[in-house]
Amino acid sequence: MTQNLVVASSPHFRAEGSTAAIMRDVLIALLPAQIAAIYFFGAGALLLTVTCAAASMLFEYLYRRLMHLDGTVGDLSAAVTGVLLAYNLPAGIPLWMAVIGCFAAVIVIKQLFGGLGRNFANPAIVGRIVLLLSFATQMTSWPIPGQDGVTGATPLGVVAAMSNPETASEALKLPGYLDMFLGNIGGSMGETSALALLIGFGYLLARRVITATEPLAFMGTVFILSWALGADPVFHLLAGGLMLGAIFMGTDYVTTPTTETGKLIFGVGAGILTVVIRLYGSYPEGVSFAILLMNIITPHIDNLTRIKAFGGVEE
Amino acid sequence: MASIFDRSLKGVRAPHRKNTMDMETRRMPVPEKVYICMSQHMGPPCDILAEVGDEVKVGQIIGDSGAFLSAPIHSSVSGKVTGISEIIMPNGTRSKTLVIETDKKQTLHESVKPPSVTDRESFLKAVRAAGLVGLGGAGFPAHIKFNPKNLGEVDTLLINAAECEPYITSDYRTIMERAGDVLYGVETIMKWLDIKSCIIGIEDNKPEGIKKLRDMTKDMKGVTVQSLESRYPQGAEKVLIYETTGRIVPEGKLPADVGCIVNNISTVAQLAHYLRDGLPLIAKCVTVDGGAIASPGNIQALIGTPIREVIAFAGGYSKEPRKVLLGGPMMGVSVYDDGYPVQKNSNAILAMDENQVEGYAETACIRCGRCVRSCPMNLMPLRIEDCFNRGDNEGLMACKVNLCIECGCCAYSCPAKRHLVQMHRLAKQRLRQDQQKKKGA
Repeated sequence: MTQNLVVASSPHFRAEGSTAAIMRDVLIALLPAQIAAIYFFGAGALLLTVTCAAASMLFEYLYRRLMHLDGTVGDLSAAVTGVLLAYNLPAGIPLWMAVIGCFAAVIVIKQLFGGLGRNFANPAIVGRIVLLLSFATQMTSWPIPGQDGVTGATPLGVVAAMSNPETASEALKLPGYLDMFLGNIGGSMGETSALALLIGFGYLLARRVITATEPLAFMGTVFILSWALGADPVFHLLAGGLMLGAIFMGTDYVTTPTTETGKLIFGVGAGILTVVIRLYGSYPEGVSFAILLMNIITPHIDNLTRIKAFGGVEE
Repeated sequence: MASIFDRSLKGVRAPHRKNTMDMETRRMPVPEKVYICMSQHMGPPCDILAEVGDEVKVGQIIGDSGAFLSAPIHSSVSGKVTGISEIIMPNGTRSKTLVIETDKKQTLHESVKPPSVTDRESFLKAVRAAGLVGLGGAGFPAHIKFNPKNLGEVDTLLINAAECEPYITSDYRTIMERAGDVLYGVETIMKWLDIKSCIIGIEDNKPEGIKKLRDMTKDMKGVTVQSLESRYPQGAEKVLIYETTGRIVPEGKLPADVGCIVNNISTVAQLAHYLRDGLPLIAKCVTVDGGAIASPGNIQALIGTPIREVIAFAGGYSKEPRKVLLGGPMMGVSVYDDGYPVQKNSNAILAMDENQVEGYAETACIRCGRCVRSCPMNLMPLRIEDCFNRGDNEGLMACKVNLCIECGCCAYSCPAKRHLVQMHRLAKQRLRQDQQKKKGA
């Protein structure tokens, strides 16, 4: 009667943490790979990341503004999309192309489907695929670490060239495991250093942002299947975008299954698709297509892996 | 598919904030007026058995009902009935309330004398006469709990001393101050209901309570004290049954169907009290705490005492309260007015200050699955919300929203701060209405 008391539904307090805090953790986990990229590819790598993050946030801001929706730039999800897209591009790509990728990712895939939480596919993956199909030449001109202005093939590209009688030659040489582990190889800007990505993986696990199920299932499947099919399993584990995809994109909350069983199925499925595309497809690399295909069937995986309620009785 | 590796049910690690653990219960003097409400248990409200102008005494029955799910309501004071008013309950329903002006003499009514218990029937009668309801929060009449259809199959008496809600320590104080009552109550229940084993479940954040109960039950046959991990909601009935016996209560069944009768530890202590001196449930120990409380503590207050007077006795507000709760922060109800009276099942009064009351603006669900990982009932709140939003009642049923115990773990852990418990309540209500409509058609 006399007071101005708040009446609300329980619970009356909440755990700390927010969407923005989770996204911030993801950005922190992506930092080591950025440092490795600057080390191997120069300051252009930083410029590319900053451009993509800024463009993604700007697109998100403008769209929400024009559509009279609540601003969501503060949740940092657009920044994560931008950074992930940058990591999936060659360090030397013209910046305006990268901005087109950001448009495809943030506007087409994310906002047109209803914004955060409603997109059916990983925005950064689709942004990369759009660019790969639109600008095939620039998207496959891989700068070689330490050699300014020189581009070459990725290790997976080398393997593809060696297996083709027309392009095979004595000059083709694969890098050593150590170079691949550290990131001293050609490839997309943020994907080459397995070490840096694994540090980020450890951070995400320690902060309980993700569970280990999907990355381990994805990488494990690639390792075992490539070995079973007669390829070099260590090479396939370290090559291409596997670690970046398995750790940072196959664990995206929105576009991957909710339950641990679902994550396991997702990881194994993406692993199989990756190996099949790498060994038998016309593209040397298959991680992004594998993740996209698994994104699309994620609702079905979710349906099949519903957990049974405690004491629930099925009619 | 539930993982076979999930040994324990999930839940959340909520902060304990048991500030009042070591504070002895202080007895509050008789207030000027008490407001005794006629719905203090699960089930239909009691009919008023007194009239304005009547003199009433302590322990006199002033409300009762012939309904199956009911327990009598006694006067907690001696004095004169000065009015019958209606108060709005925290859930929005109205309830008749007897206003009694106290004479401060606390004269006992003639009916207050130890009951004679000679067999199961007279025991159950005594439990009802004690006005006992589940003191853990739900307010389920105790005599009905003790009288399941399949009593022969009940082999375990579970005593719930988990007290998993943050802040609340009134059950812990019961252990520390009235352990003798607790054990006498346990013995009596086991004797008359012919139950051979009893497990007292208590969270491991109360090591002294565990030690005390273990020491005192050393020589009691069939009684064990089980320490439980301090993880909210260990004290939820179905969770407690699972954690102590490994049994799962199926949907639509009662604890007795899996051989268990569960009682709150304070209920048992109260029962012993009644059997010994015949005084029914007229007072409750409540924890008074929260950011707006000057000096937190445990207070024994008569039922019907306005909570603002309990707070004043504890030391008053230290600052303007913004939210006042009956019960803990996870499941307690917020009251609109601190003149609301102490009820039989009140166990805490929490007054939150400005800093503890946030608006919690909802943001979009990011499908992180934290709600799923925290739900002790293995539900999937994110799926339930999808079904709820698109009006898919069949989907809601398939998601088993009816099994939600409203413990609050999902909303607590949600980074998008979605009001999941509120949504579950609305979903359950919608299903109930839907079923009624079908029945009507």
